[in-house]
Amino acid sequence: MRKYWPFIHFVPRQTHFNFVGLAPYAAVLSLLAVIGSGVSIGLQQVNFGVDFVGGDQMQLTTPGPAPLGVIRHVLTVSGVQAPQVQGAGATGAVVQFRGAAGMAVDQAPVFVAAKLRAAIPGLKVIGQSSIGGVVSGELLGKGVEALLVAMGLMLVYIWFRFQLQFGLGAILALAHDIVLTIGFLSLTRIEVSMTSIAALLTVIGYSMNEKVISFDRLRENLRKYKTTPLAEVINLSENERLSRTIITGTTALLALSGSMINPASALFSLTATMAFGILVGTYSSIYVALPVILLWGVKRDDEDAKPIRLQASRP
Amino acid sequence: MLALSRWKIILVLGSVIFGILFSLPNVLPNSVLARWPAFLPRQRLNLGLDLQGGSSLLYAVDMDALRKDLLNNSAEDVRTSLGQAQIGFDSLTTTGGVVQLHVTDPSQMQAALTALAKAGARTSTGGRDINVAAAPGQIIRLSLVSQALQADARNAVDQSIEIIRRRIDKLGIREPDIRRQGADRISIEEAGESNPEKLKAIVGKTAKLTFQLVDENVAAQALTTPVPPGDEVLPTENPDEPFLVVKKRVDVSGDMLTNAQSGFDPQTGEPIIEFRLNGVGTRRFAQVTVDNLKHRFAIVLDNQIISAPVINSPIVGGSGEITGNFTADSAHQLAVELDSGALPAQLKVLEEGTVGADLGADAVRAGVTGLAVGGSLIFAFIFLAYGLFGAFAGIALVVNLLMMLGTLSMSQATLTLPGIAGLILTLAVAVDANVLIYERMRDEANAGRNAIAAADTGYRRAMSSIMDANVTTMISALIMFNMGVGPVRGFALTLSIGVVTSVFTAIVVTQILIGWWFRVTRSKILPIA
Repeated sequence: MRKYWPFIHFVPRQTHFNFVGLAPYAAVLSLLAVIGSGVSIGLQQVNFGVDFVGGDQMQLTTPGPAPLGVIRHVLTVSGVQAPQVQGAGATGAVVQFRGAAGMAVDQAPVFVAAKLRAAIPGLKVIGQSSIGGVVSGELLGKGVEALLVAMGLMLVYIWFRFQLQFGLGAILALAHDIVLTIGFLSLTRIEVSMTSIAALLTVIGYSMNEKVISFDRLRENLRKYKTTPLAEVINLSENERLSRTIITGTTALLALSGSMINPASALFSLTATMAFGILVGTYSSIYVALPVILLWGVKRDDEDAKPIRLQASRP
Repeated sequence: MLALSRWKIILVLGSVIFGILFSLPNVLPNSVLARWPAFLPRQRLNLGLDLQGGSSLLYAVDMDALRKDLLNNSAEDVRTSLGQAQIGFDSLTTTGGVVQLHVTDPSQMQAALTALAKAGARTSTGGRDINVAAAPGQIIRLSLVSQALQADARNAVDQSIEIIRRRIDKLGIREPDIRRQGADRISIEEAGESNPEKLKAIVGKTAKLTFQLVDENVAAQALTTPVPPGDEVLPTENPDEPFLVVKKRVDVSGDMLTNAQSGFDPQTGEPIIEFRLNGVGTRRFAQVTVDNLKHRFAIVLDNQIISAPVINSPIVGGSGEITGNFTADSAHQLAVELDSGALPAQLKVLEEGTVGADLGADAVRAGVTGLAVGGSLIFAFIFLAYGLFGAFAGIALVVNLLMMLGTLSMSQATLTLPGIAGLILTLAVAVDANVLIYERMRDEANAGRNAIAAADTGYRRAMSSIMDANVTTMISALIMFNMGVGPVRGFALTLSIGVVTSVFTAIVVTQILIGWWFRVTRSKILPIA
């Protein structure tokens, strides 16, 4: 019988990676990414789906059971935006979409109806109307309010369990993640629907978990190595938890990968956004939250430690 | 920590049985469930509109009622603005979409037109709502501009949507989709195949509450009894006094309420509705009750008099109660409706039907396959990474999933796509807890501890990280559940259930399995070191 499980060592037992040394480059990268996201959001917003801004709705009947996949495909290639297809009764379907850019208001439904009739013989359009979004201003406002309060309370908890600068580092990193994820949605033109909100919340949840785990290791090592410079303690802590970071991150990405193989899956845009957020959240724990703490300095044994300049810590 | 204490084993076995028992109805066919003994759970997961579809209702704003309302309002405006300008007039009528009046003094004709034009311009949309036209014989006609009526319909739809949503939230009905359709329609979709009677009951009532003085000098036998101008006949709920004549002037109305709740009269024990008024309402209520002591004051809901008590003493505190023919249920529903605000117009049901899953049934199937693939990959990976201990973590994950599905089925909370996102996050965090524990064990073993001590210390030292991370998650989940709406709430619900179950399974379940493994093998090495 083999003594040890063989695959355990795919991450070397001890690594000496200089995380802090890369921080200045990462800071530039983060800044560029945030600016890039901001520009994209400013220039082309995000691709709001029918859930948010409304659009057109058509009721269809087909001779047999409605071929939802075919209908969705026709809508997608016809170029209308944010198509949604749902079954209605035994042989019917309801489609929702927004007209393509540059299309006159009344033109889109006529255009789509023609395409659908051509693709599916016997299909009839039995009703058509414009619809509003289900996400009203009040709904969105309440959601944002809830999120801000939740972030505020997490800040207080981290402050209470660690130190204020840890909390601020976490919140700043979280803001970084949120901006980048929305920037990702904006750049990829993924349709922003109710599910995107869920993706964003998941990203925040995962990212917060990363930060707390990272802080916890750092706090432990700060107590253990009282005189070691902060930058070295950070490097040590991150190397110690590197194996965990990789295994957990891989597991989370694997959980999502099943739904990402097929881009037509209903969960594709949701999981793609979540996967992006997991990468960003892992990155920002090391390169946004910790540098904030590094620049600010931490209290060690009730005496204020001197803030360590990034320059000084480079080898 | 690895000691196999009896309560731990009982706890784990209990939760596994709970998870299996409550998840089972989801996979059993109906025929088996029908023969299920009564004490066994039979509820299935309550899937949301996005995943399984449900029933749909299409409402339209009653445009005739809205027009009549607007005309009545303009007639009232005419009364006040001409009154303020001290212009005499008579024969004020509203017929066929037109308000018509006769100015007594021909020399005041121009002044009257100016005053009315000014009043007509004061509209919600900023434009002119009302056309004012002079006709021979000192007649002035006011008619609604059709665009204004449409704008008002749009506003009415927007307001109705918010009000319906508030009513639904307060009554705790499962997250329906409410959206505008066309110019004057509202579509409401509710998950599940249930008959949407409850939904209809909530949306069906406008809940327009007014307090109007009773004109005790006139009696009415029917709705059509002619009454002096400025009065109207309204039906009551009292068979001895089926109609009452009240002043048209609304002294206090439902929009001045700050709060309404149902309660019981301490003397009679009858259900009542208690309300509080805002500043304006309090002042007006005080004024009216002081000026009209010993007179009757009618409480009118949707043009029907609920009760018309005699004012026995002035009410200056701004709070009061409504008595009437209520049951505890109807009082509660009315209180919710009053508290949420009145619908700006009556809504009529146009269509009733069923809809398939928002995402499309085919897309949902593809999504389920994707999740199953993702789940299997997690198991494969964690087994590859940690071998037998990885399999233990996998078992813990299955127990976690069973407990979550069991809790969701038992509580009949709605599972939507955002909820599934919360579930995925939970599983990722649950795996993370085990990874943290195992990495700590490796550290301890590499630092020279013997196998059992390393495993034991691994659990203890990983605890602080796991707890901090999960408390943080729990805080945000609870806040989002309490403050959020719609998708945010669905996400927060599964997340908060998952935090509890995942901490339990990732720590206690694996502890028992690892403890048992050490006992059986008497291993001197830690297999994951």
